[in-house]
Amino acid sequence: MSITFAILTALLAIGLLALIFGVVLGFAAVKFKVESDPLVEQIDQILPQTQCGQCGYPGCKPYAQAIADGDEINKCPPGGDATIKNLADLMGVEAKPLDAAHGQEDIKKVAYIREDECIGCTKCIQACPVDAILGAAKQMHTVIVDECTGCDLCVDPCPVDCIDMLPVANSTSSWRWNIDAIAIKQVG
Amino acid sequence: MQNSFDDVIEKLNNHELWDFPGGVFPAERKTLSNQTPIGKLPIPERLYVTVKQHIGVEGQLIVEVGQKVLKGQALTKSMNPFAVPIHASTSGEITAIHKHVSAHPSGLPELTVQITSDQQDKWTQLSPLVDYQNQPKIQVLTAICDAGISGMGGAGFPTHIKSSPKKDVDFLIINGIECEPYITSDDRLMREHAWQIRQGIDVLCHLLKPKHVLIGIENNKPEAIEAMQVACRENPNYRVCNVPTKYPAGGEKQLIQVLTNREVPAKGLPVDVGVIMHNVGTCFAIADAIFSGKPLISRIVTVTGEAIEKPGNVWALIGSPVAHLLAHCEYKQRLQKQTNIIMGGPMMGFSITSNLVPVVKTTNCILAPTDKEIAGNNEQACIRCGACADVCPASLLPQQLFWHAKAKELDKAQDYNLFDCIECGACAYVCPSEIPLVHYYRIAKSEIRVEQEEKQKSDKARDRFEKREIRLIAEQHARDEKHRLAAEARKQAMASKGNNAKDKIAAALARAKAKKQGISKADDKQVVPTGVTPANKSAQATKAEATDTSTKAASSNRRVQAAIARAKAKKAAAETSVANPELKAKNDVTELEEKILKEQQPDADIKVATEQLAKTQKNIRAEVTPAVIAPQHQEPTKADSKQAKIAAAVAKAKAKREAKKITNNQDAPNQVTAANVDNTETNSPVEQAKTEAQQIEMKKRKIAAAVAKAKAKKATEKADKSS
Repeated sequence: MSITFAILTALLAIGLLALIFGVVLGFAAVKFKVESDPLVEQIDQILPQTQCGQCGYPGCKPYAQAIADGDEINKCPPGGDATIKNLADLMGVEAKPLDAAHGQEDIKKVAYIREDECIGCTKCIQACPVDAILGAAKQMHTVIVDECTGCDLCVDPCPVDCIDMLPVANSTSSWRWNIDAIAIKQVG
Repeated sequence: MQNSFDDVIEKLNNHELWDFPGGVFPAERKTLSNQTPIGKLPIPERLYVTVKQHIGVEGQLIVEVGQKVLKGQALTKSMNPFAVPIHASTSGEITAIHKHVSAHPSGLPELTVQITSDQQDKWTQLSPLVDYQNQPKIQVLTAICDAGISGMGGAGFPTHIKSSPKKDVDFLIINGIECEPYITSDDRLMREHAWQIRQGIDVLCHLLKPKHVLIGIENNKPEAIEAMQVACRENPNYRVCNVPTKYPAGGEKQLIQVLTNREVPAKGLPVDVGVIMHNVGTCFAIADAIFSGKPLISRIVTVTGEAIEKPGNVWALIGSPVAHLLAHCEYKQRLQKQTNIIMGGPMMGFSITSNLVPVVKTTNCILAPTDKEIAGNNEQACIRCGACADVCPASLLPQQLFWHAKAKELDKAQDYNLFDCIECGACAYVCPSEIPLVHYYRIAKSEIRVEQEEKQKSDKARDRFEKREIRLIAEQHARDEKHRLAAEARKQAMASKGNNAKDKIAAALARAKAKKQGISKADDKQVVPTGVTPANKSAQATKAEATDTSTKAASSNRRVQAAIARAKAKKAAAETSVANPELKAKNDVTELEEKILKEQQPDADIKVATEQLAKTQKNIRAEVTPAVIAPQHQEPTKADSKQAKIAAAVAKAKAKREAKKITNNQDAPNQVTAANVDNTETNSPVEQAKTEAQQIEMKKRKIAAAVAKAKAKKATEKADKSS
């Protein structure tokens, strides 16, 4: 009799505890729900935002959406291997080499308009995905270098081929340390 | 928490100090250069004054090539508070403003003003501020800023910013530690110019109002300590502290810890713990600027190392090429297997890439070591001995940082507080495997910085892209709305005279039927003229309508759409007119109704329309011609060059189009549609075909133009979509 009673109390106690914790946890799960970034946003954060369309989608966000829907992660030449690696980490898949069909990883470039040849047709302005070209109809256009992503999209529409893609010059502020260190000989 | 002011003073009164963790004791080698007084150099033939020599932003050049400048004349100016000007270090002529190899580890060229000396060394007008105590603070700060003074200890932070803190200052610490081996410029400065340094401290006290001034000098410079003690004897508030020699006691955070036992928080500033620190060299420059009005145009540079015959300290004009200093101190190249000149000390300096690198405001030492003084690059694997962690003055874990930096795990390196590393080089100094640890940290740091910059840039690009998308959609909506309103207006206009129009349509249809019967009976030859006139006129009427719409709407898009709609309407009309006249009358498409109306209208109406057209055309011509011709007469030369340009551009565009045609077959479908339009026109029912056969010639041109316009629009749309 006493054994059954003991078992019963034990079961009751454990059951009660389980119920209480269940309620607490359930409440916490609802109350303190962590709003995680939607996957597309996270992918978009990794992509380089050149908006160049080399991946075959009209911008980085659509490509992020496509990756989230299961497209390959190796279609972004401006991002290169670093981006592929980050995407692989995020998506939990193997990193692959860049798909050559979409282009090669290249050095950073910015567009430059040879201004005396510009006829002011505004075609490049319409083509620029980040509004980095300034100008008006029949007026000379110019590129805002700081805003240019080097996407290349303005080059083709130009009827007089006056847009060059120039490599970004290295400056002391953007330079990465890569010299042989000086090592003082240890004395004593 | 942080040590109270009284505790610090009490401890200092007992001649006790604190300590900082870690530290090393490298061979000092200071006697090489601190035995002789500061030497004077002849004025170099050419000076290369780098435009940006401090942390912050550079000013704008206010001189040009060929201009004569006097010693001390400002070369740049700026309204930006983080900019300090640069000055001509001697009198002469500006022979170039170009990119010149910089005093930076990369040696990448930076904008530099090249001054060819006239050897006169003639000063410009100086304006000292002797009664600075009676001047408002802002005046004193402006004088310091205008003198181009930035921190001379190494970082080069603008002094006027550091001298106007927002918080209360307990301690003003004057840094005369100079802990790095070989360097003795501050040592000699304190020995020879202690009074002037004290004057500079006075000015700083006026600005900062600190409770106490601590002058920290390492105990390996007894002469300097004595000189400073003598100079500061009058003022009980100034205390010269004898700091035990240990590298890197001269680091800002380390010295604060030694003197006050306060720790500057990570990413914080010394002022957060009530401390401001200035270098003795900066104090000297401040005194120069305030009491004699001289800008910062020269500084003491230690030229030392065993490859130097006459090592010592020299007054070097800012902008002097290193070669000039080396020549003066007799650098012996044969003592080095490979030329290796280091700017800065052996622990934190960098090898310069050319001996034309100029002396800048932060250059304290030029070191030319022999091969036996400097260890070669003999890096071996890390053995995890932990010696680096023992000596790190910032209490970091250098080997963990090293692993992560080497493996490019930048996140993890940051987790280990990579950015708290002061790059003192103590870890690399003790490393038994001779790993250049600081080198790895510098690479990792610069990579993180570049990554952050790129991240910022890509965020901005995303923002701009999204804003543009929103704008484009809004514009599209606005356009659609406009079109809808216009269509409604047209509909209303039609409805208001709707009955009348419908009657007319019915009448016209009846006429057409009668005509058809008549035509079928009559000869072909007789029919042609009767058919032709209304057809031609209707064509003209269409033209009139086109001009109307163009003047009203003045929008090319609308014109293109209208043209296409007209073409369609015509086709539809041709097909439906015979088959089902009632259906046509009920048709909702306003364009179609309009079209039919115009085509089937009585001759009288058409005549009126043509007359109106002729009139408007005349008017337009009358208005346009003088406007076009006048500027041509006024500026014939300009117009000529412009025309030539236009011709060139057109030729280029043509060439591009030709090239595209050959390589690109995308245009083909467009051409086919054009052909289709023609075909459908010609395939229209018999009675219409006859009249339209005449129209086609005229229409073809118009359609071609419309199609071309449509193509252009399509292309832009395609571009928009793909972007």
